[in-house]
Amino acid sequence: MSGHVMGLVAGLVNGQVPGVVSDVSWHDLFNFSDYGQLVPLVHDSLIAGAVLGVLGGVIGVLVITRDLPFAVHGISELSFAGAAAALLLGVSVVPGSLAGSVLAALVIGLLGNRARDRNSVIGVLMPFGLGLGILFLALYKGRAANKFGLLTGQIVAVDSTNLRALVVTAVLVLVVLMVIWRPLMFASVDTEVAAARGVPIRLLGPVFMVLLGCVVALSVQIVGALLVLALLVTPAAAALRVTASPVLVVVLSVVFATTASVGGIFVALGTAIPISPYVTTISFLIYLGCRLVGWLKARRAGSVRLAPVGLDPEPTSA
Amino acid sequence: MREPDAQRPPVVAAQPPAVELVDASLAYGARTLWAGLTLSVERGEFVAVLGPNGSGKTSLLKVLLGLVPVSTGTVAVAGSPVHRGNPRVGYIPQHRGLNAQIPLRARDLVRLGIDGHRWGPAWPSRSRNRLVDELLDQVGASSYANVPVSRLSGGEQQRLRVAHALATDPAVLLCDEPLLSLDLRHQRSVVELIRRRQRDHGTAVVFVTHEINPILSVTDRVLYITHGAFRLGSVDEVMTSEVLSELYSAEVEVIRRGRQLIVVGADDDHSHHVIDDVEGEAVS
Repeated sequence: MSGHVMGLVAGLVNGQVPGVVSDVSWHDLFNFSDYGQLVPLVHDSLIAGAVLGVLGGVIGVLVITRDLPFAVHGISELSFAGAAAALLLGVSVVPGSLAGSVLAALVIGLLGNRARDRNSVIGVLMPFGLGLGILFLALYKGRAANKFGLLTGQIVAVDSTNLRALVVTAVLVLVVLMVIWRPLMFASVDTEVAAARGVPIRLLGPVFMVLLGCVVALSVQIVGALLVLALLVTPAAAALRVTASPVLVVVLSVVFATTASVGGIFVALGTAIPISPYVTTISFLIYLGCRLVGWLKARRAGSVRLAPVGLDPEPTSA
Repeated sequence: MREPDAQRPPVVAAQPPAVELVDASLAYGARTLWAGLTLSVERGEFVAVLGPNGSGKTSLLKVLLGLVPVSTGTVAVAGSPVHRGNPRVGYIPQHRGLNAQIPLRARDLVRLGIDGHRWGPAWPSRSRNRLVDELLDQVGASSYANVPVSRLSGGEQQRLRVAHALATDPAVLLCDEPLLSLDLRHQRSVVELIRRRQRDHGTAVVFVTHEINPILSVTDRVLYITHGAFRLGSVDEVMTSEVLSELYSAEVEVIRRGRQLIVVGADDDHSHHVIDDVEGEAVS
């Protein structure tokens, strides 16, 4: 059905991530003929995609508000190093990538408290993490697809144990986020005033970084270390283009991120290409659309909004 | 939260002073910012705090906010010992451009002033919405209540910060250079907002500034702090060549020109330690 919409034919899908696709024709790349039979096979992946969409969409709003997109990129690369180390040691990749990214998140949070310091700290950590990751992969003698999957995602390989861990972590992160959302937003918007009102800003920063580390590590599973931003930044950035309502922005961001992740899996199902390019492309197209809508809205609002209104004149002293 | 052995304020006192410091001193390590400071700010009083950078003006506010403890002496706000997050204290910081990418409209920002420190999700509340409307009205921001804060000018954002500070019905407003980097018109309107609150609600004001002229007509007393020394008194008592020369241990001249005071020779340069943090700010 949706195969016709795509208008593309033929291909393969077997839960693996092919490394190179240069020698195949379009016919091999896209095949939606037995699409209906494939969907149940990726049932778990779809749930994982939806969960990550929700998670990425929610936390993305805070990532943008706290000006942390670059940090997300840095964390994901350290997460890659952690995952590669786990692969080399022959243990499960998920705890490895979790350890790597939470550690990176904390280091970035503690060393880079000020915005300017933060960027250089990230810039220093990132190549180091990537280098470590490459070293571990070079030493690893297993399947090449495993290596490639760390960078570009391998959600089709998600099994029920991983899925359970993913859902539990996601619920935990969402609950904590719900509890700290208001003070954290306050602290992110106007740190000094929030501190004055008794918000424990020194505590909230690291707590948020740990949560972010968890979400990044989980997202690495689906889109890979290189493209995490597509789920954690692009949807929220898109939502912020069209609304400034604190509730609507979260709702839209979640809808966008879930559309990208689940939609990406659905489209990828009929093709031989990994999921991540579809996720990133859908995410990017949504962003473009939102920019356009935002631009139109701003143009309309600009003509309505008058110059700042002054106080009604009331003399200070008689 | 109060320590068990802390002194309890009298139950019904005839309005305790809004701010009361008794023989207070503040030192960071070996460096003493000020010592022997006894200051009682009455309800409805406007005290300007002046002095060179690093003299401990902002630290004084931090003490009153309960963020920094005094080294010696006692500090009370509205009759009770200072503590973090005291709703009787309103705080207006200097203007800094808000991040362009924040999901808040003017009314959402003001709302954070009411319950932004609370944990858990914010359930809809009619009384809170009414309070937000009231606050927006008080600072003349009703016309842009639903405009994203990122699209507001510096002066408009600063008015919202005033509304923020008024949200908890404070007994004292602590202002830390709230006029910095605002143009003259917005400086006047922010001063007028603070002044109006002070007059209508008897709210005391402690106003840290390096430039007294915008608040000259509303200032009741001046606390002038230099490194290690301070002087407290009316504008006429403190802002004189003799007093400032003594405070600075250097030749300082105060010239009166109409309604303006010009201070020559004090190292009160206009560069401020946080001014370089004002980045990416859209100043039109």
